[in-house]
Order: sequence, then C-alpha cells, then structure tokens
Amino acid sequence: MAQSKFLTRTGTISFFSATPIEDIEARSQMVGAAVDVQVGQVAFTVPMKSFQFPKSLMQEHFNENYVESEKYPRATFSGRLVNWTAAALPATGPQPVQVEGDLTIHGVTKHIRVPGTLEKQGNRLLVKSKFAVAPADYNIEIPALVRNQIAKSVDVTVNLACNPAP
Amino acid sequence: MTSTFTRWYLATGLASALLLAPGSTHAQDLLNQLESTPTDSLRREYVTATFKGTRIVNGHSIETPGRGSMLFLISHRFGTLNSGAYEFFGLDQATIRLGLEYGLTDRLAVGVGRSSLEKTYDGFVKYKVLRQSSGPRPLPVSVTLLATSAVSTLKFQPQPERSTTSRFTYTYQALLARKFSSNLSVQLMPTLVHRNYVALRRDQNDVYALGAAARQKLTKRVALTAEYYYVLPGNTADDYRNSLALGFDIETGGHVFQLHFTNSQGMIEKFFIPQTTGNFFDGDIYFGFNISRAFQLSNRE
Repeated sequence: MAQSKFLTRTGTISFFSATPIEDIEARSQMVGAAVDVQVGQVAFTVPMKSFQFPKSLMQEHFNENYVESEKYPRATFSGRLVNWTAAALPATGPQPVQVEGDLTIHGVTKHIRVPGTLEKQGNRLLVKSKFAVAPADYNIEIPALVRNQIAKSVDVTVNLACNPAP
Repeated sequence: MTSTFTRWYLATGLASALLLAPGSTHAQDLLNQLESTPTDSLRREYVTATFKGTRIVNGHSIETPGRGSMLFLISHRFGTLNSGAYEFFGLDQATIRLGLEYGLTDRLAVGVGRSSLEKTYDGFVKYKVLRQSSGPRPLPVSVTLLATSAVSTLKFQPQPERSTTSRFTYTYQALLARKFSSNLSVQLMPTLVHRNYVALRRDQNDVYALGAAARQKLTKRVALTAEYYYVLPGNTADDYRNSLALGFDIETGGHVFQLHFTNSQGMIEKFFIPQTTGNFFDGDIYFGFNISRAFQLSNRE
C-alpha cells in the first residue's frame, strides 16, 4: 500500500490584512499538520503566540487583545477533502482540491470550505491553500479607534511541506 | 445457534463501525494526534505584556519598547488636590516631563527625558536580563536592570554656583516581575539612588529603597495599577515620605493612557524616591497622567 499519512511540524501560515492606512502581515512557521491521502483527511494546529509581526506592538495587541492567546492558545482545523479518492493524486504537478471542515480560532468554531492544492514531490506532500477569514466571525473584537487599520477580511495563506509519517 | 447469532452480530457490528465511522471523527483523531505529540511543550514560550507600558506610574516597569520602536512619553502632574478651589484643586499648576525611548533590540532600550521640575535632564539604559517563560527550563520571573542618570540645570541661588558633578544623580534598579495570570502582574524594585551632592550633612548621598507594584486588569484594555516605594531607614526616610501611587492604564491602540493619583510630584527616580514630601492621606495628592505613543522606526525583520 502506498504511503497514506503525511506530517509536518514546521508548516507556514501567514496572514495579510490590507487597509488604506496600514498593511499588516504576520507569519508562523510552527504549524503542525497531518494529511491522510488515503481517506482524504486534513488537520492542522498552530500556536497563536508563534505568529511574528514586524512591529512588536502589533504582536502584543494581537495576543493580548484580539485573539487572547493565553485563553485560546491555538487555532485548529480538522476536515476532509471533498469528493476525494486516493487515486486522484497525480505523480507530478499540483492537484486542485476543496477542503471542508471546522476552523477554530479564538474559541469559536466555524464550518468552512476552501480551495487548495496537493502535490507529491519526491516522498513529500506539498499542501497549499489561500482563503479569507473575517475576524468578526470568530468574535474577534476590534476597538473603534483602530477599526480602520484592520481589514474586515484577512487573507490567510497556508504552505505545508509534509513528510511521510510512520 | 446462539453462538452463530453472536458471531453474526459481532461481525455486522464491527463492519458497520468500520464503514460508518464518520469522517470528521477521523480528522479529529488526526488533530488529537497532532496536539498530543509533545513538540509544543518542548518549545520555550516567553511571557509577554507583563505591564501595558514601560512605566507603572512614576517608576519603570520591566517592559522595554520592541526593537526599532520609539516611544514618545508625555508625563504630567497637576498640583495637589488639597490646594483648594482657588488653585482649582491643583489643576492650575503643572509639572511635566517629556521623554523619548527607543528599543535597540527587543531587550535593550535607551531613553532621554526633560523634567520641568528643577530643569532636569535624564537618560537611561534598560536591559531585560531574564524573561519569564514556560516550556523547558521555565523561569518564574522576569528581571530587567535599569541605570539612570539625571542632571539638574537650575541656576542655583545664592552663589556660589554648584559644580557640574554636584548636579548629577544616579539611580540603579533591579526590576523583578511575575505575571501570575493574564490579569495580575506583580513587580519588586530594589533601588539605589546616589546623589553626588546633598544640601545638609545629615542627608544621605546613598538612599536605598524597595519598591513594589501591581497591575490588575479590569477589562482587556483597562487595568488598575498601584506602586509604592519604601525608603530604607536612615535620615532621608525620617525627613521624607514613601511614594505611593494608584492609577488606571487605558490602552487605545498605539497609545497607552495612564491616569493616576500620587503623593510625588517628580516623575524620575531622583525625585519620587528620596524627595517625596506629600502625605497621601492628608490630600497631598497630585493628579496626573502619562501618555505614550509608539512609532515604529524600523521593522523587526
């Protein structure tokens, strides 16, 4: 049987918030992710405190006020590939997929469906996805004073290079 | 007969369990597997935002501006509340300190300031030696060291003018803090104030004090703060009072706005530690505020 489970602990998730006043970009390189291509299951988890911001004050506000990292230390996703059969993964080139599942941020869980790609590269599995998250959907309150500095919808980019798991 | 039935029952039960196992349960298993593996707990995590600003009220907190971040501080004290209606309860008078501080790294900061009180310039170096952390080899406290110097540029009367060296005062502080929870932080500050010049023989050149401070968050953006400096026994302790301050921190985004009540008029160590005269409980209370505005001069990467 072909390798079915792939794992990483050093995946990357970055998000980008663009407003006319200020662009904010943060990145974590401590994403834990697991993909089971046999059954088409996907899971990832990221420590909120691992997000690095270019400005230290932004990072502090993010952790202290917006996502409340001490109360909700992780964001997680668990879901499945839509209409997936293991045979769909080609030997080369990215395979577009749809992922459906539960995204939990700030203690709030939402069912989402987002596009992505899977690609076999040697014995590794590359996973990419880009989607938008609205902070308001996850009860992340932005005070009136800085509301214009933080986008209503934040672009999230997921980039994982998973290794075969035992 | 019975055994066949049992076998059949078991077999179908097992098959249905395998076939009907809902997908999400499996994904949840993957997630649980991810979260149960110990890599997360193997990572050292530093405690952040023990205090909102670089000051608690009059004195420093363990915090420094992040690398490349410049803070502009406006500190202001009105007159005493018990000065009466004619002085509009102190609001007619004001002393002010303007300050700039800059994070050379995330742990090392330098700052300068100018107080209207005695026309004093001050400068400081502040370094985060230890940071409270969890994970492997956790540290229960953060320790920041502070060294400041201040020079009074008053035209002293009567003559003779005082020499330049005599105008200098130095303060050395170890700031030890622990964030007990996201709401409660406590800090201790053993302090030495060295004055090159004192007016009277009975005054001490070296004044030792022990400070204590706490912050209790009331909401995500509002916190209650308290700060007290106990001057160790000696003539200065007999002649002056211990500095006490109570305040509110209000965070609004790029600003930290601090409102407070204190029996000290000066806003640098050489004033509020050995030279506090006000009796808090007699109404010698200076209402005041600190505003700090952060400017990011260079990005951290």
